[in-house]
Amino acid sequence: MHSSLWLSALLVVPLLGSLGAMLVRKQQGRSYAVGVVTASVEMALGIVVFFLYNNHLAHAQTFDFATRHVLAAPLGLAYDVALDGISLFLVELTAIVVLLALLGGRDKRREPSFVAWLLVLTSLTMGSFIAHDLLEFFVFFELTLVPCYFIISGWGGKQRDFAALKFFLYTFSASAFLLIGVLYLGFAHQHQSGGALSFAYGVLQSTSMSHATAIWLFVAFAIAFAAKAPIWPLHTWSPVTYAEAPTAGSIELSALLAKLGSYGLLRFAVGLFPLALADVRPVFLTLAVIGILYGSLLACTAKDLKRFVAYSSLAQMGFITLGVVSGSQIATVGAVLLMFNHGIITIGFFLIIGFIEQRRGSYQVADLQGLQGPAPVMAGVFTVVMMASIGLPGLSGFVSEYLILIGTFAVHAWWGVVGAFGVVAAAVYLLWAYQRVFQGKAVGANATMPDVNTKERWVLVPVVVLIVALGVFPHPVLERITPSVHQLIEHVAPSGVTK
Amino acid sequence: MAHVSTLIVILPLLGYLLVLINGSRLTERQIGYVATGVVGLSFVASVVTFVLLLHRHSRQVTVHLFNWIDVGTLHVPAALLIDPLSITMCLFVTGISALIHLYSIGYMHGEKDYKKFFLYLNLFVFSMLTLVLANNLVLTFVGWEGVGVCSYWLVSYYFDRDSASSAGKKAFIYNRVGDVGLLLAMFLLFSRTGTLTYVGVFARAGSLSPTVATLVVLALLLAATGKSAQIPLFNWLPDAMEGPTPVSALIHAATMVTAGVYLLVRMSPVLAISSSGRLTIAIIGGVTAFVAATIATSQKDIKKVLAFSTVSQIGYMVLAVGVGAYAAAIFLMVSHAFFKALLFLGSGSVIHALNGEQDLRKMGALQRFLPLTFPTFLIGWLTISGVPPFAGFWSKGDVLTNVFEHNKILWVLGVVTAILTAYYMSRLFVLTFRGTERFREVTHGHDPHESPWVMTLPLVVLAVLSVLGGLLDLPWIHHDSLAGFLSSTFGYVAPLHAQSTLSQYGLAAVDVAAALIGLAAAISIWRSRTEDERLTPAFLEHVWYWDDFYDATIGRPLEELAVFSDVVVEDEVIDGGVMGLAVGISRSAESVRKIQSGFVRHYALAMMLGTAVLVVFLVARVS
Repeated sequence: MHSSLWLSALLVVPLLGSLGAMLVRKQQGRSYAVGVVTASVEMALGIVVFFLYNNHLAHAQTFDFATRHVLAAPLGLAYDVALDGISLFLVELTAIVVLLALLGGRDKRREPSFVAWLLVLTSLTMGSFIAHDLLEFFVFFELTLVPCYFIISGWGGKQRDFAALKFFLYTFSASAFLLIGVLYLGFAHQHQSGGALSFAYGVLQSTSMSHATAIWLFVAFAIAFAAKAPIWPLHTWSPVTYAEAPTAGSIELSALLAKLGSYGLLRFAVGLFPLALADVRPVFLTLAVIGILYGSLLACTAKDLKRFVAYSSLAQMGFITLGVVSGSQIATVGAVLLMFNHGIITIGFFLIIGFIEQRRGSYQVADLQGLQGPAPVMAGVFTVVMMASIGLPGLSGFVSEYLILIGTFAVHAWWGVVGAFGVVAAAVYLLWAYQRVFQGKAVGANATMPDVNTKERWVLVPVVVLIVALGVFPHPVLERITPSVHQLIEHVAPSGVTK
Repeated sequence: MAHVSTLIVILPLLGYLLVLINGSRLTERQIGYVATGVVGLSFVASVVTFVLLLHRHSRQVTVHLFNWIDVGTLHVPAALLIDPLSITMCLFVTGISALIHLYSIGYMHGEKDYKKFFLYLNLFVFSMLTLVLANNLVLTFVGWEGVGVCSYWLVSYYFDRDSASSAGKKAFIYNRVGDVGLLLAMFLLFSRTGTLTYVGVFARAGSLSPTVATLVVLALLLAATGKSAQIPLFNWLPDAMEGPTPVSALIHAATMVTAGVYLLVRMSPVLAISSSGRLTIAIIGGVTAFVAATIATSQKDIKKVLAFSTVSQIGYMVLAVGVGAYAAAIFLMVSHAFFKALLFLGSGSVIHALNGEQDLRKMGALQRFLPLTFPTFLIGWLTISGVPPFAGFWSKGDVLTNVFEHNKILWVLGVVTAILTAYYMSRLFVLTFRGTERFREVTHGHDPHESPWVMTLPLVVLAVLSVLGGLLDLPWIHHDSLAGFLSSTFGYVAPLHAQSTLSQYGLAAVDVAAALIGLAAAISIWRSRTEDERLTPAFLEHVWYWDDFYDATIGRPLEELAVFSDVVVEDEVIDGGVMGLAVGISRSAESVRKIQSGFVRHYALAMMLGTAVLVVFLVARVS
């Protein structure tokens, strides 16, 4: 077991960076530099943690970097962190997202506070992924709303206030159910076992409860996570919010914060209430495939590129949900992998949309045409990202989608079949969008749009490299995720199939 | 052997990476030669592997490269399977590809995106070789999708033309529908046999129930109809002619579109279990061959005729698979690759000579001006028409003889198709090379010129192959031939009734008669005219209104559903519900205005500050 200081560092470094950015706010551009340095340090820490975890593969089914300090016994509040193969890649994603969002989505209006909020958000998201205690998780999970709210309402588009408000109230209301569920579970456990109030994940796992209670708690948790992910039909905040948020905000929301929903669903809903899963599974499998098809359908009608990505994400989150609730080890591994892959893919989409918006002053599909002519490199990168999203073998998206579908099919064949048709749908909406924006004859401002410059190219390089590398050689990722998922699914086993 | 066979796949990828990284430093010629060279070397590697395999006792070698996907019970290695079937595919795929690469150096000369063209072409060859050499279905799927995406890029190569970008998209989406079939076949096989390697699946194929086996076969057939342009997914192929002509020759005639047939032949041990599945395959193949041939009689674009001809010929191959004549299917596939590549490249040479004109009505009398294209095209024409002793006669004859044994109705359909084939090809030949000059307008009065040697050399080589291709599998030396070489890789094949020599000659006579009837009819009709409404009815010209039918039954309803979901379901039902709830709650609290005037902002800040205070307090208390 490695020292938990590594995780604490991941948590504290962005907070310090945020403080630093505010301290140097008087000097032009200095806080941006602080932000980039902080994000780079965070990325370096992430890489170290990734390789340290590698040492740990011999007994990979347990948590690493764990520690627990009770902060306030009467409240049951504790600082409890740990990392397994599932959270590992979300931690990596968090580090990648903030670095690329800063580099690719620089916003010079009131820059110090922009950087500060972004770093605070990073710290809170980090906290949610490493939290090994339900109350602690809830606190981080809920607090992420605050920086998000300020980023959207402070740096967003024309309808930013409405979007921020809708986002805040939507997810805030939904997580009320989570809070009730967490408190109920904590008190129920204390009631059973006596002793101090505790929300530790490992402890609460052993809470015994009636079938009906398990179902109610699962649903309460799931509502909060479904609104966050989003899972159909709790998704209607996302199109307007993604569209109105600044580039860095859209990246954070869709690439990262959405994963809080799917991660929460897997770790806490599926992980804690295996009894309920068997009963609610048909409902959630159905919602997942509706999300896949419905998201694809609406992506076809989207009139701007950001809404387009919002609906395509809804479809992708449908795939993730399918894997998470399937109870199949293979599909669940695929779902965790897709959380990471979708994050990288979405970063790619929003970066390019951001570049287009910067150059053309618009991301409306109707304003764009034939961009492949003046900007072949941008079109090329977009194509790679798009093909990964379509699930082209050899690129990252395929491995995860394939695992989800083949695993789901083995245990719940019909949902697997319907999901497989989502593969066609993705090709339809993505190629159509590509045709309208990048193909055809470019005239006017479209014809003279500059291609990506050197700095922008370097921001896109990691995206393309990760997409190709994880498509060709996903082994280093899979060997870390699989044992942890096995552990979680084994726990779920009594209620369902373990295949 | 492991190293040489790995080289077959790696070389084209190497070429791709070389041009991708160094492309800006290379001249146009250098790019062309590098791209052609790697594919040529890949052909050499295939030949070496073939010779090594011939001298081995066990003709099934697995070359393990690395572990690709390993999760739970799912093990998917990146590994190659070298056996007679895969090496036969490699030989003709790399051989034809090398020729067409060479041809492209001349054909694509001066194009703006010259480099991009060769990049995609090399990537295509890499994908195609991955497809045929893979030792498991998932890796085959990698190649399968890879060739599909290269096809998409190359069809929409002239991306600023709407017709080209739409055609590329259509090709990809039709293929994707087919791909669902391959996915489902894999899911079924994995859930029943627990493995996806070919060897593993075949070893356990016996444990599949007939129902499951039939489902697998039907799913594979769906996949094949997409990739190999068969009914009901055939109508993307004619649109794909928007791509440059070498692409049509390589991808949409010789190699990629035969992948579906390859897949079915590869999976023959599973096909063996399901007789109803095989019958469905045979019917799809026979009907497609016929329907496409009728359409080909009425097309005005030289490449469209050839495209439907390809669909029709692949129909023959699928028909052969359906009746269990796997060797005949591969025989036709190889010889078809020779003569169809020849015909496409020949038509490319014609189009090149006429400044890009593809309309048959604006050609004619080109025989005098194209001294090399004309004779080679003539050979191609006679070969596809089934005139002895060219390759097409032997390979098509092999298919029809087998079909005759199994199903007389499909055999009649096959013979009628043979007549139509000779007819439409003769029409094309006469309109292009004979008759009156009708091209002066497009050449601005100049004489058309023959193409450079890089383009005519491949024509000559392919013409020679078309003449001699029949030697691969002459009916009287069945053991030391292609069929004998391949037989170990097939599933159970029902033995043919020992045919009397007489009946074999009889069937051959029918084939020859069919070819001659078609030839004679077309020459007598089209010698003296260029257009005839009665002979090219709108129904055939418009592809049996197939596209319009899909548009009306699938396209438009889906579009309406999308608009309905957007306007009604999304905005009014779901979001309307949520917003209604929100407004209801806030109204009951009579604080609508307060919420909108920054309440949330303050609340959010308060939340943050409150937590900060709490954290500081707790940390202070603990320490």
